[in-house]
Amino acid sequence: MLGTLAAPSIFARMPGEIVNENEKMEEALHYFSVEKGTIQKVLAAALENGGDYADLFFEHSINNSLVLLDGKVNSTSSNIDFGVGVRVLDGDQTGYAFVENVTPEEMLRAARTASLIAKSDKKTAPVNLTEKKLTHNYYKVGKDWQEYEIQKKTPFIQKLNDRIFSLDKRVKNVQVMQQDNTSLIMFANSEGVMYSDYRPMVSLAAVCIMMDNGRTENNYVSRSYRMGAEFLTDDLVETLAKEAIRKTSILFKAIKPKGGELPVVMGAGGSGILLHEAIGHAFEADFNRKNISIFSDKLNKKVCNEHINILDDGTIPFNRGSVNVDDEGVDGQKTYIVRNGILNSYLHDRISSKYYKVAPTGNGRRESFRQTPIPRMRATYMEAGNVKEEDIIHEVKNGIYAADFTNGQVQIGAGDFTFFVKDGYLIENGKLTQPIKDINIIGNGPKALADITMVGNNYKMDNGTWTCGKDGQSCPVTCGMPSALVSKLTVGGDN
Amino acid sequence: MITKNNKDFVQHAMEFALKNGCNASKVVLYSATDSTFEIRDKKIERLMQSDEFSLGISLYVDGKFGSCSTNRLDKKEVEDLILRSITATRYLATDEARKLPDASRYFKGGNNNDLDSIDPDFNNVSPDKKKELAMKVCDEIMGKDPRIISATSSYEDEILNKYMITSNGFEGEEKRSYYGLNGGVSIKGEGDARPESSWYDVSVYLNDLQKEGIGTEALKRVLRKLGAHKIESGNYRVVVDNVNSARLLSPILDSLDGQSIQQHDSFLIDCIDKKVFGDNFTLKDEPFLKKARGARYYDNEGVATRPMTVIDKGVLKTYYIDTYAANKMKVAPTIASASVLTMPGGVRNCEELIAELDKGVLITGFNGGNCNSTTGDFSYGIEGFLIENGKTTQPINEMNVTGNMKTLWSHLAEVGSDPKTTSSYRIPSLLFENVSLSGL
Repeated sequence: MLGTLAAPSIFARMPGEIVNENEKMEEALHYFSVEKGTIQKVLAAALENGGDYADLFFEHSINNSLVLLDGKVNSTSSNIDFGVGVRVLDGDQTGYAFVENVTPEEMLRAARTASLIAKSDKKTAPVNLTEKKLTHNYYKVGKDWQEYEIQKKTPFIQKLNDRIFSLDKRVKNVQVMQQDNTSLIMFANSEGVMYSDYRPMVSLAAVCIMMDNGRTENNYVSRSYRMGAEFLTDDLVETLAKEAIRKTSILFKAIKPKGGELPVVMGAGGSGILLHEAIGHAFEADFNRKNISIFSDKLNKKVCNEHINILDDGTIPFNRGSVNVDDEGVDGQKTYIVRNGILNSYLHDRISSKYYKVAPTGNGRRESFRQTPIPRMRATYMEAGNVKEEDIIHEVKNGIYAADFTNGQVQIGAGDFTFFVKDGYLIENGKLTQPIKDINIIGNGPKALADITMVGNNYKMDNGTWTCGKDGQSCPVTCGMPSALVSKLTVGGDN
Repeated sequence: MITKNNKDFVQHAMEFALKNGCNASKVVLYSATDSTFEIRDKKIERLMQSDEFSLGISLYVDGKFGSCSTNRLDKKEVEDLILRSITATRYLATDEARKLPDASRYFKGGNNNDLDSIDPDFNNVSPDKKKELAMKVCDEIMGKDPRIISATSSYEDEILNKYMITSNGFEGEEKRSYYGLNGGVSIKGEGDARPESSWYDVSVYLNDLQKEGIGTEALKRVLRKLGAHKIESGNYRVVVDNVNSARLLSPILDSLDGQSIQQHDSFLIDCIDKKVFGDNFTLKDEPFLKKARGARYYDNEGVATRPMTVIDKGVLKTYYIDTYAANKMKVAPTIASASVLTMPGGVRNCEELIAELDKGVLITGFNGGNCNSTTGDFSYGIEGFLIENGKTTQPINEMNVTGNMKTLWSHLAEVGSDPKTTSSYRIPSLLFENVSLSGL
């Protein structure tokens, strides 16, 4: 409907952490032009058919992007997304509706649609809403993106392009993309919890295309954090430029290896994709609650070497996967999913934690107000071991060293997972030899986890632009790992 | 739906942009209404419903280009957004290639009503009917095998409206409907494994949606996976079924994109009228097929589409070049992207292709992997079946297929007759020779 919006101008400044903590909720209510009384009425309407629980998720996001093509910053775009989602839970059943307008009439319409999931005479007492004070801020903003003009961003993008070209004469084309996003979230539920959260996100990425003796190769580098404009620095530009050249130029020397079952040394950092795909998804509690994960019967059982600890962590400062509070009112936290080789905890949302009768782990996340929260990873990584990387490599007579990755996938029930190795090396007689590229590696989650025989002392988080897809929703995540030896995986390649 | 008031709003946004510094502009309004009913073990697990709008504005400002979009359809807010975006655009570098298409290339028909792309009965489907359709899929699975752990099904529908105008005279309106019915099943496998599979149908008209057999097919597809394991690495004759064959076409389409060509990010540069693939590879773009997903009279620039031969017996005949890429490369534009792709000429279906093989592999699913856009080198995880003496025997999994796209499609031995018509990529089952698979 046109011209009936009740909220103030979207260009009013979002209330972030600069306001007094005690006034934060009032600021958010004022910003969304919603009164507590209206929220109480909408929650009551959501439960009028007898649901157990209801929540409202208000979101206003502003996304700005800049693109450099052919040597010039020559494209910009801005997107505004605004709305509120109404969720009703009745046992493990979910009713959901969203509207892009926060008038009482529209919100009540959404609430009544979502309420249809429940059919009982149960009556719920009126909700007394109390502000939940966030205990931590893992992404305190220095320079707010809302006040950082385009003319301050473009020089960094230009510098990254120019620096990449300056480093190697074989560079043919460079594309640079910078994107910043600021979201204001306001949440209220039928348990009386209310909070607001101010969420920044930024990424800087470059595609480097090089030509050498008639051959063309490309590679991609990126960094992403929940951070303000202090993210953009000359050091970052220098790091990304050198990385782009290194990762692209090595491809000219690389070959496809011979395929088959081989030991694989996972290099530190992006190898965390192994954890994300091989076990992380299968530890998400919705799959286990439904008994369709290959790890459904493994809670409190030994799943790998007793020296291995694997975590999913929403509390790393400025990390792309961090959450002060998840999208259903649970504090961000650090969760040991594997502790001393034992499967310690699934990753829970509100529905699964109730099912398992455990405290939620703060993994209830959603892409936007358009979707329901479901268990999602945050920053997933393995703690460091005590072996030097060179000693791990030394153990392998004939194998693969996997250095950089682009994407992965998993079949939750069968456990088969894959990740695509953009570049790496052959290992021959305990040494890195021939560079390799563009191969898929496939394995089975429980087997691969049990086959991790050595863990390095060089833990590293990969702060690239990792985005996880599940149930049609995209979520920002990260992953990290020390170098580790998996004794056997199936490596793609020529025969 | 998009009302007269909506159209006036779009017109106002255009006029406001032009009055405040834009030399040219394109404005697009989308509206969508969706509903989803998800069932698990014969109980509703989730129901969702939504109505949404999105307004997108392209801004051409003194040889510079910016864009903005919002779902806040408030006049003052949209005006503020346009003003701020124009201001931001002025800080960019000039890019003279950014222009609207030549007006002579626009589609002049106004709408897509005669492509049968919208079901007139869309609003007459009751929530109870939607739930009944989804529940029926679940009914076909539940209780049919003692190894079943969980059965899921879903019904979803969407009606999408798009209204687009440009400052040099294009006006077009598109309406599309979509229905989908899906069944999924997980069963107890070997050890802790819980193999899963699914089946689905989608359609433009509800009457055309397959309503029976989806759950049964999902169950059949998962049961046949039991006992899967990897086989010897080697070069095999490979059949890719019609559910998965389009996956192998996507990297080629990516490499035909004008911007990929212009940026040297393609393995098909300078290949027009060259024999790049094998004789058996012919690909056509047929945008005017009725009731077809992807059918359209104009692309996202408003440029009129036309039937095209993309690849003729292995010879590349066209790229997909939009106005921007064409201006950059100083070549004639074609169409911005593919509409409905077909591979004609097949006479045998998947089973008949399999029956020809003494030994080979049938691929029935891909698991991850990627393709290098500049070289065409690919590597994907696969699952499927060993073919022996014309029949599928051992189910296989945890293997990779690796190669190069040019080589693979040069080894295309036969095109099937069984395209899955639910996708805009109507690609049938395909038989390839000498494909490298990695397993044991």
